[in-house]
Amino acid sequence: MAEVIVVTSGKGGVGKTTSSAAFATGLAQRGKKVVVIDFDVGLRNLDLIMGVERRVVFDIVNVIQGEARLNQALIRDKRVDTLSILPASQTRDKDALTKEGVGQIIEELAKDNDYILCDSPAGIEKGALLALYFADQAIVVTNPEVSSVRDSDRILGVLQSKSKRAEDKKDPVKEHLLVTRYDPARVEKGEMLKLDDIREILAIPLLGVIPESESVLRASNTGTPVVMDAESVAGQAYKDAVGRFLGEKVEHRFLEPQKKGIFSRLFGGRAA
Amino acid sequence: MSWLDFFKARKPEPASASQAKERLQIVLAHERIGRTREDFLPKLQQEIVAVVARYVAIDPGRVNVSLDRGGDMSTLAIEIEMPGPQQNRPRHAAAS
Repeated sequence: MAEVIVVTSGKGGVGKTTSSAAFATGLAQRGKKVVVIDFDVGLRNLDLIMGVERRVVFDIVNVIQGEARLNQALIRDKRVDTLSILPASQTRDKDALTKEGVGQIIEELAKDNDYILCDSPAGIEKGALLALYFADQAIVVTNPEVSSVRDSDRILGVLQSKSKRAEDKKDPVKEHLLVTRYDPARVEKGEMLKLDDIREILAIPLLGVIPESESVLRASNTGTPVVMDAESVAGQAYKDAVGRFLGEKVEHRFLEPQKKGIFSRLFGGRAA
Repeated sequence: MSWLDFFKARKPEPASASQAKERLQIVLAHERIGRTREDFLPKLQQEIVAVVARYVAIDPGRVNVSLDRGGDMSTLAIEIEMPGPQQNRPRHAAAS
């Protein structure tokens, strides 16, 4: 039976889609069967970040409305063969998603996958609510910034009251904190919220800290999940987070400013 | 190569921004057409399958559609699994 994981944040632009793509790819690289679903109907972007935008034929709305079969809408990744992507519709509105429809899709996907990742849209409206409704676990993506932390707290409240697990009075959704765009140099200067401050305020277990890195933009430019970039600190941090998610003990890295050599001090250059 | 490059101590990376632009141009060209016209792919597929089904007994579940959108040309491949000769043989032939 598959585990359903929602990647959510409340706030937009904090790295949900980047994290969904990286995490799904990372789990698949570890041999797990993974499907990642884009819930942002009307503003899909997971396809671009995964680099499969040219291959989208059908989407989740086509499946819900019976215009295509689930198997036809799934796009199999050409780089990792245990990974597939279910795109969102670009032309319809969010009302095309129904709880029953999404439930059926998840039930069918659960038969032959280990993990179902739901990439939530921003906000706390229909798309976001449906993305988290069936979740067993939640990855809450947070930037070290006041509005992001506040919105994460809000979405944690929604998880605890509006998820199926909450409605059925089952064990609560297991929550994980993923801090992204963390810049240790600015933290040291006192310009950015410290990791410990965020942990203290949100009080949920820490899954990983992804450092601010130029490689994330490069990854999105080329449509390659950043976890596939072995030299990138962000990619390595995602890989570590995947290990922790699978129950391994992995030390947190990249929490201190990188020691710069004399050349990089003089000629600039930031984290890879 | 300028002697200054030595001090930069970084290997030149293939510029990814140009890839970003090219990918966006292709995907947006297709989406802009889609905005003024109804998405015909689901209907097209259903009609093709219906035509094939008139001649051969096929399982609509065994139909694979794949697409590759390009700048100059897109490829749509519809793969329909045909039943083997066993199932297609007329009744009387099987009996004799």
